[in-house]
Amino acid sequence: MKHRLQFTGKKLIRMILLLLGVSIVTFLLMCASPLDPLQTNVGQAALGTMSQEQIAKLEAYWGTDTPPLERYIGWLGDVLHGDFGTSLLYRQPVLTVIGQRLAGSFWLLLSAWVISGVLGLTMGVIAGACRGRWPDKLIKGYCLLISSTPAFWLAILLLLVFAVWLGWFPIGLSVPVGMDAAAVTAADRLRHAVLPALTLSITGVANIALHTREKMIDVLESDYVLFARARGESEASIVLRHGLRNVALPAITLQFASVSEIIGGSVLVEQVFSYPGLGQAAVTAGLGSDLPLLLGITVVTAAIVFAGNLIADLLYGVVDPKIRKGAARG
Amino acid sequence: MEPILQIEHLSVYFTQYERGFRKKQLATVKDLSLEIAPGQIVAVVGASGSGKSLLAHSILGILPYNSHVEGTIRYAGQMLTAERAKELRGREIFLIPQGVTYLDPLMKVGAQIRKGRKDQEIRRRSRAALERYGLGADTEELYPFELSGGMARRVLIASAVTEKPRLIIADEPTPGLDARAAKRILSHFRELADDGAGVLFITHDLELALSVADVVTVFYAGETIEQAGTEDFACVENLRHPYTRALWHAMPEHGFKAVEGTQPYAGTVQTGCPYAAQCPICEDDCRAEGQIPLTAYKGGTVRCLHPEKGEKYDAGRT
Repeated sequence: MKHRLQFTGKKLIRMILLLLGVSIVTFLLMCASPLDPLQTNVGQAALGTMSQEQIAKLEAYWGTDTPPLERYIGWLGDVLHGDFGTSLLYRQPVLTVIGQRLAGSFWLLLSAWVISGVLGLTMGVIAGACRGRWPDKLIKGYCLLISSTPAFWLAILLLLVFAVWLGWFPIGLSVPVGMDAAAVTAADRLRHAVLPALTLSITGVANIALHTREKMIDVLESDYVLFARARGESEASIVLRHGLRNVALPAITLQFASVSEIIGGSVLVEQVFSYPGLGQAAVTAGLGSDLPLLLGITVVTAAIVFAGNLIADLLYGVVDPKIRKGAARG
Repeated sequence: MEPILQIEHLSVYFTQYERGFRKKQLATVKDLSLEIAPGQIVAVVGASGSGKSLLAHSILGILPYNSHVEGTIRYAGQMLTAERAKELRGREIFLIPQGVTYLDPLMKVGAQIRKGRKDQEIRRRSRAALERYGLGADTEELYPFELSGGMARRVLIASAVTEKPRLIIADEPTPGLDARAAKRILSHFRELADDGAGVLFITHDLELALSVADVVTVFYAGETIEQAGTEDFACVENLRHPYTRALWHAMPEHGFKAVEGTQPYAGTVQTGCPYAAQCPICEDDCRAEGQIPLTAYKGGTVRCLHPEKGEKYDAGRT
């Protein structure tokens, strides 16, 4: 127990350092951004007609007249008090915006994550077990094709085929246009989430399947599988009893590490489908120089990704008997 | 008594691609013949890389997919086809492998011995098998990494005696054990043989082989070069092949004299006698085309064109 606590403590310190680093890098990148927030948000023409006082007021609102270091330290001090500031574009507290957007993206991200994990693992196990035969070639070919396909391009393709030509799914957004918010049903939301989730799953599968396949091949070439075979265990039993068990550990790591890929992919995919989620908010904040919102989003997503990896590490300790028994003794 | 295992002219080939294009057949076991009677321990002795393990795998029918086998293997008088081997392995024919890496690292010992079955009968038998080798019921709850080297060896042997083994193939079952522990493990093989099983004992350790086996087959670069009774090793004059005699001289109690040169890897010798490069009495015809046949000689067999000449050479040496 003490061991486990120590482990978690160390991880938490690492997470704090990571979040600090991520926020600094984001901040520096935004400082270096060639976008002038005034010009972007007010417009060149409007800016020209404004008086000096008006411009000075706007500069104060966007914070362009404050030195960067002072701005960052001010932000950090507020964050430590739990205040992530106010979004300049949405004119709402950053945490409120993130909360709304995350709620919009949550089911999309979760379903894409689960589908790509389950499907990827299954495909990887099948490919590894059938190594060199047609199911393997088919799955491997698919994975290589998909991993060399950009997610946004695939999103556009799906949009074109299923929304424009076939008309099976809506072309964008998360709810029907012009409908009273109270009248929106769960089925409506589901229909709107299918294509983005599908895009994310299709691209997420490739990586997991290829890694699982490699591991499965390693397992099937191991001494213990040779011995199991020599003892008359059937191929099916070998794959299910020994293969799955030994593939499970790396699969857990892979699955939780893929959280970052799903979130990263969602930025592009939500943009294509105009899906009002966290990814789309990140793009809006970046292009609109909404520094508080962008910093908030990067910190929150970094924390989610870190939490994913932490869960993988902790689960590893539960699943792997070597770590589990070692920890129990120590 | 009818032999339990009868191997005639067995060769194991691997398909390799040379520089990616040319297909090449690599013979890693060449023209091997062997017989094991029930109750008998036959040792196959050879250096590592001489193709011994492939012999075990070909009997069990678990060779990798890029290999093929020539020659005949008979089990209890009938041809041992791939289907029959599949049927019999784990029921009558058992492999006892080298060590703990042959156990699934993430599965408890008990579950592995029981092979996924959960009924009372198999539980009783697995417990009895472990008990026979001095392992308590708590061993079933351990993971392989919690076993000591000697325990792992006993677990592997116990995995065979949950059934009634008729043929046991022990592939280097004792590496990493000290002489006393190794002898103790080997005494278990003697017991199994006394219960009526045939035992094929594959090892690189001639001394160990002589301590337990009835017949010793010497393996060199994928070929059996001599078959001798264990008693033949009492006196070097009774041995037939220059390599066997060189092994005899290399034993600590017989002078500890090492052989010059190194053994070619299995499959690299294309023609003639594989020992030609190291043999002190090599003649021109030894390197000629084709394989040297295995011939009966002085109650054993030898793969040598000039066994008498070797004898004379060795007599001059001592």
